[in-house]
Amino acid sequence: MQLATARSVCRQLGQALRLKLKQGWSLLRELSGDDAYERYLQHQALHHPDETPLCRHAFFKREQQQKWQGVKRCC
Amino acid sequence: MQQRIGHILLWLGISVLGASAVGGIALHRGESINALWFIVAAVCVYAIGYRFYSAWVAARILMLDDTRATPAERLNDGRDYLPTNRWVVFGHHFAAIAGPGPLIGPTLAAQFGYLPGTLWILAGSVLGGCVQDMCVLFFSTRRNGRSLGQMARDELGPIGGAAALFATLLIMIILIAVLGLVVVNAMKHSPWATSTVIATIPIAIIVGIYMRYIRPGRVLEGSLLGVILLLLSVGGGGWVDQQPVLRELFNHPGLPLAFGVIGYGFLAAVLPVWLLLAPRDYLSTFMKLGTVLLLAAAIIVLQPEIKMPALTQFTDGSGPIFAGSIFPFVFITIACGAISGFHALIASGTTPKLLSNERDIPMIGYGGMALESFVAVMALIAATVLEPGIYFAINSPAGIVGALPSEAVATITSWGFPVTVEQMDALAKAMGEATLFARTGGAPSLAVGMASIFASAFGEHLLAIWYHFAIMFEAVFILTTLDAGTRVGRFMLQDMLGNLWPKLGRTSWYPSVIFSSALVVAGWGYFLYIGVIDPNGGVNILWPLFGIANQMLAAIALCVCTGILIKSGKLKYVWVTALPLLWLTILTSTAVYEKVASDNPRLGFFAAADDLSQKLASGVLPPEKAAVAPQLIFNQQLDAWLAMLFAALLWIIILDMLRMASRHLRGLPVAESKETPYQQTRLETQQGATA
Repeated sequence: MQLATARSVCRQLGQALRLKLKQGWSLLRELSGDDAYERYLQHQALHHPDETPLCRHAFFKREQQQKWQGVKRCC
Repeated sequence: MQQRIGHILLWLGISVLGASAVGGIALHRGESINALWFIVAAVCVYAIGYRFYSAWVAARILMLDDTRATPAERLNDGRDYLPTNRWVVFGHHFAAIAGPGPLIGPTLAAQFGYLPGTLWILAGSVLGGCVQDMCVLFFSTRRNGRSLGQMARDELGPIGGAAALFATLLIMIILIAVLGLVVVNAMKHSPWATSTVIATIPIAIIVGIYMRYIRPGRVLEGSLLGVILLLLSVGGGGWVDQQPVLRELFNHPGLPLAFGVIGYGFLAAVLPVWLLLAPRDYLSTFMKLGTVLLLAAAIIVLQPEIKMPALTQFTDGSGPIFAGSIFPFVFITIACGAISGFHALIASGTTPKLLSNERDIPMIGYGGMALESFVAVMALIAATVLEPGIYFAINSPAGIVGALPSEAVATITSWGFPVTVEQMDALAKAMGEATLFARTGGAPSLAVGMASIFASAFGEHLLAIWYHFAIMFEAVFILTTLDAGTRVGRFMLQDMLGNLWPKLGRTSWYPSVIFSSALVVAGWGYFLYIGVIDPNGGVNILWPLFGIANQMLAAIALCVCTGILIKSGKLKYVWVTALPLLWLTILTSTAVYEKVASDNPRLGFFAAADDLSQKLASGVLPPEKAAVAPQLIFNQQLDAWLAMLFAALLWIIILDMLRMASRHLRGLPVAESKETPYQQTRLETQQGATA
């Protein structure tokens, strides 16, 4: 009985840890812009379903050109 | 009820702890003091400032409204305007505001002792810098993310707007020059540092090609590859240093290195961004965050002792690193660690277009600056854990302490900071450098401080690796600022030139790109060149000029905030931005006055020019100094006019703001405040929701 409880606590902890790691990983991807293309596809599907989305290469090209237009870095 | 009492007790505890740590630092007069006190004091001060002051400003003065739709929501275009998770916005904002300034300023200001710098970093940030960043972020958010220049034009008038734009361009030029000088001084006659820094260029290009063609947009993979290559390049530099023939290829005096940096800056500005600038920026962000976290962990674990006294005799203005007394120059020198006008450009640039809710403004604006200020505290610790004699030997230019090692140690020891030639030679050998005398600019002494902190954690035999790792880390993100700054300067210049001849304003027309990039590079290249040939080290001239310019930009930003507060009927609370504004105005005006009018040749620009002219005329200068003297004389005069121009710009904007305020208070019409009307949010209002 006690063993079973301990095991289920362990499993819950493991699940919680996995969830946290997963959240941390997706935050890191979003922070660095690693998932930018996936989010762009989502945005296109949601707001502009009639347009054909750009391919990965073209999207990244456009993003980068646009990102460096203003004051991006400081002293 | 119980929770409330617990809450009160917690904050009471933090207040008592913070007060005793600050009091301990301020009143301590012993041999040495533990660095942990600084960390405790800083964390408590930021926590109290954030929990109480920023919350009060947010609720009472700005009146944040979490039911109001932000520009990111209303204008969502999936690109510029995009509601974003607040931690992600915080990350972007912090990465954008954190530059090399807070590492260099506190290192230089340590010549006054540890106390003045620490107190100003803490007080200046919680009452000034954090408030400025937060208010500008708020006002820009309420104005569809308009830039500082646009807000100055809308709220104060066309003069204010033009002055803000012009000031920004000038600051950029001075900043890049001084940063270039820091890198040149770190590479001077150091094959290891030079080869490592040069290696960062092909590494960035490899990462750029990887992220463009091999695996498009895989930022994390590309950055990981780059960071590994960067670490290898530190080891590789050590190998180069051991090869008798190869090392001579990278062993250069300052001037050729300066021309190298100038050429590099021009190439970086005209090459496509994906090839050099963008990958370098990813690498620099990861290196910066990693190193700052590592340094914080090392300081907390090792708790090094601070060896610098609380105050040195140089508070009177006779300091070797830069001239000028503690008031106003400790404030001017610390610059970005306490308050930085440049942040106002970021807070009115990309950040307001990403906010998903106004509620996040204190965390991002106030919290982001508090973290930046914490980096400054750590830089101060890394500079002050060195023996003061060693600190002064590294940072004092040869023109002040003497070019021979024996002269330098004799001068520094006579100040009461004992140091020997053997000590310096042993240290240089341990760090893998030929010499550490007169390595001005702050980077080498910060690297020695960081290396000694890291090495005592991870093994003494790695000192040389840690030293060059620290140099590489500083160089990587200084060069990123140099690239990005040159590019921004180019855009601004093209924008201005476009008014004269529209074709020049087209950012994709190649002749205009080349022409305006060359103008910007020539601007900072000139100051860099003069800084290198100046026997007093260049930093003595350029850093105060940069500090004045940056504090002046902060004053302009606070002027805009103050003007908006007055217009929106919050006269009662206007002191929140008006007092920092008043303080900065006093600081910059006094500093400009001293730099222009002082008859001390080390402090006053005109005095220096006159002094040098007299020496040149009477023939007392040795031939190599006489050859460059006319250029130095011209430069001193130019710097004086530049400083006066800065002060004039600031006063024009202040008077413009006061004119507007007085009209408003007398009930006369003024330009209407451009706040966008209320619209209710439709996004989830759940805490930390990702839209």
